[in-house]
Amino acid sequence: MTLLITVFAAIITTLIWYKNAPDNSMRYGMLTLMYWGASLMWLVDAIFEYAELGAEFFTPALGDMVNDSYLGLCVVALGLIIWLVYLFVKDPKGIIRSILTRKAA
Amino acid sequence: MACFIAPAAEAIVTTIATSVVKKKEKEADAGVVSHEETHDSVSGIRFSEKLGWLNKMLWGGSALLAFEHIWHGEVIPVFPFLTAIKDGEVSGMLAEMGTAGIGMAALVTLVWGGMVFAASRIEKRSADAVAEEK
Repeated sequence: MTLLITVFAAIITTLIWYKNAPDNSMRYGMLTLMYWGASLMWLVDAIFEYAELGAEFFTPALGDMVNDSYLGLCVVALGLIIWLVYLFVKDPKGIIRSILTRKAA
Repeated sequence: MACFIAPAAEAIVTTIATSVVKKKEKEADAGVVSHEETHDSVSGIRFSEKLGWLNKMLWGGSALLAFEHIWHGEVIPVFPFLTAIKDGEVSGMLAEMGTAGIGMAALVTLVWGGMVFAASRIEKRSADAVAEEK
């Protein structure tokens, strides 16, 4: 479920990036690449788990599925927080800078 | 156990490589400005920017995987930070890093290679189209 939720997050952010391209002012590309990177890594993890468990991999217990879904949502939230921090640090539109300089003046 | 350490280690190497490439590109820019001014060409994506894609995938993926390991109690906030080391399962941890960890780093790098190849083909096609128009 974690892999599935992250893949969906990667697909949605890719579509948002594509809709806004070539405008890079919101740095959607960074968010997209982060989710795709995590998705690929969890895919490898899933392949190894499948090799170990076989068909049982596709029939997880309900408790495990709920826990994995909760983890997946937390991962998506963490990704968004990392992106927000990155966006505010880069401040491509100069909004944070203008607010701070206005207050200082 | 600690499979995210392999892609994180690769991310450190590629980040250093990116800063070296960026520095070299700046030096090259300073030397060839007049050449660029006299030659019309389709501006391609710099290699440092392409390396940036790999950095973002590796760092982002490793960070989210590290969070998953914290979730499962495999990474702890006290020394030695990994429960596998604390429980004396170092060989198992290294085996996982050597299989799943290397596999993760390799797959991300392979996908990035595909992205770079596709981008280069598109750039080449654009350059050819500009040349044909002349």
